[in-house]
Amino acid sequence: MIKRVLPPSIPLLAVIALMEVAVRQGWVASYLVPTPTAILKAMVESRVELAEAFLKTSAGALLGFALSTVGGISAAVLLSSSRTIQRSFYPYAVFFQTVPIIAMAPLLVIWFGYGMRTVVASAFVVSIFPVIANTLTGLLSTDPALRDLFQLYGASRRVTLFKLRFPAALPQILTGLRIASGLAVIGAIVGEFIGGQGLGSVVDVARTQQRVDKVFAAVLLASVLGLALFGLINLISAITLRRWHASEQS
Amino acid sequence: MRVKIGGVTSLQLDRVRRSFPSGPTVIEDLNLKVDAGEFLAILGPSGCGKSTLLRMIARLLPPDSGTITTSPQHPRTAFVFQDAHLLPWRTVLDNAALPLELQGVGREQRYAAARAELAQVGLADAEQRYPAQLSGGMRMRVSLARALATSPSLLLMDEPFAALDEITRFNLEVQLRELWCARGMTVLFVTHSISEAAFLSNRAIVLARRGCAVILDRPIDLPAERTHALRSDPRLGAHIQELFAAMEEE
Ligand SMILES: Nc1ncnc2c1ncn2[C@@H]1O[C@H](COP(=O)(O)OP(=O)(O)OP(=O)(O)O)[C@@H](O)[C@H]1O
Ligand SMILES: [Mg+2]
Repeated sequence: MIKRVLPPSIPLLAVIALMEVAVRQGWVASYLVPTPTAILKAMVESRVELAEAFLKTSAGALLGFALSTVGGISAAVLLSSSRTIQRSFYPYAVFFQTVPIIAMAPLLVIWFGYGMRTVVASAFVVSIFPVIANTLTGLLSTDPALRDLFQLYGASRRVTLFKLRFPAALPQILTGLRIASGLAVIGAIVGEFIGGQGLGSVVDVARTQQRVDKVFAAVLLASVLGLALFGLINLISAITLRRWHASEQS
Repeated sequence: MRVKIGGVTSLQLDRVRRSFPSGPTVIEDLNLKVDAGEFLAILGPSGCGKSTLLRMIARLLPPDSGTITTSPQHPRTAFVFQDAHLLPWRTVLDNAALPLELQGVGREQRYAAARAELAQVGLADAEQRYPAQLSGGMRMRVSLARALATSPSLLLMDEPFAALDEITRFNLEVQLRELWCARGMTVLFVTHSISEAAFLSNRAIVLARRGCAVILDRPIDLPAERTHALRSDPRLGAHIQELFAAMEEE
């Protein structure tokens, strides 16, 4: 435990100390970068507002992520079911991914109005593609010998999907979810810039008030949210793959 | 004294042809007759179509033309591949029980059958382990137990022991031969090892590089009981010589 926590803590502490000294000594202007103690102070002072915003953003990101998970996996199952479907639709999924979300966000507000629905939609739109792509790759790379085996014993397509292709694709699905979890938080914050709530809105308002300390506090909380989601997926991965996948065996 | 658990299957191939897109005809007008209860070893250069042949007999791949008839018409068929191809997320017991599970056999009954087969191959204490925790030889034995769990009357083996070290392979050969003696199923055994073919089988064929025709077809008249002592027997040596000469001409 100490071996895992200590090495990354040292650079972190060094950076914090350096920030504090640099700003106090006037090497960096305090309206550009706040001292770590100022950030801490802002966090304590605005704790109620920040806590509420944090919960809102968490709800938006989680909901968007959940929709991506369900939608992305279902889409991949559909795409993997036939070459024709795949050829017809997959290019659009790829194209869709290249549309910059920032450019689309105003459109989301027009469609969904201000508030949670825009935030969820934004988180969903940015995070669904890696789920589709990774799940699809996983579903299409089933060991041909095992497919033969299932066919030999008369397994239906549905049984083959649930007992073979899906579990075999699990490591890739989890990789997709890991990427999507980070993107969902980004998507939620972008949605909040325009949809007007949560940490995104705190950042936006604090910026207009020149409160760099509060911006930093909100950004820090957003990162904590991203990390928590990432940690959750890693935990699920560790539990489900522990016994059989090389990635979870030490 | 032969207890015939699974029954036996005879098969006949008439003018079977098969090619793949973007390639020459792999199998051209192949004729082959296999009697019920035979242990047939199939030798041939790499890429001549041995795996294709087994997959067609298992009805995993249709021939382009020609007929493959078996008696009974729908034999209980099992397939063993070059590598064990187990489901890594399942225990040894659940792997061995998979074919019966896919065929809809109830839990108690399929576990009982799977346990019996695991005991046969000497893996009774490993049933709760996962494939990642087994040696290569143990995995292959699970694969064998899985194939035997349905009491097949036709057992197709595609270089099953090729990836194992010699001692493990020798032991598995003796074990397989004993199983065959006890059950009286029909076995088609593809191998690259001439000595393995002669040691195990009652009849060996050599296939041609081009077109997959049978260029040598010999009964192997050695004692029914094959033990390690036989490995240095001059009669086995004579058979190996003959098969080797035919292979070398190719
Ligand atoms: N699904 C496929 N699509 C295209 N070509 C194939 C396919 N399966 C086999 N072939 C081709 O058919 C030929 C025979 O292949 P096969 O696997 O049956 O040979 P083999 O005798 O089993 O070889 P080996 O001893 O190396 O296992 C090869 O040239 C191979 O490239
Ligand atoms: Mg082969």
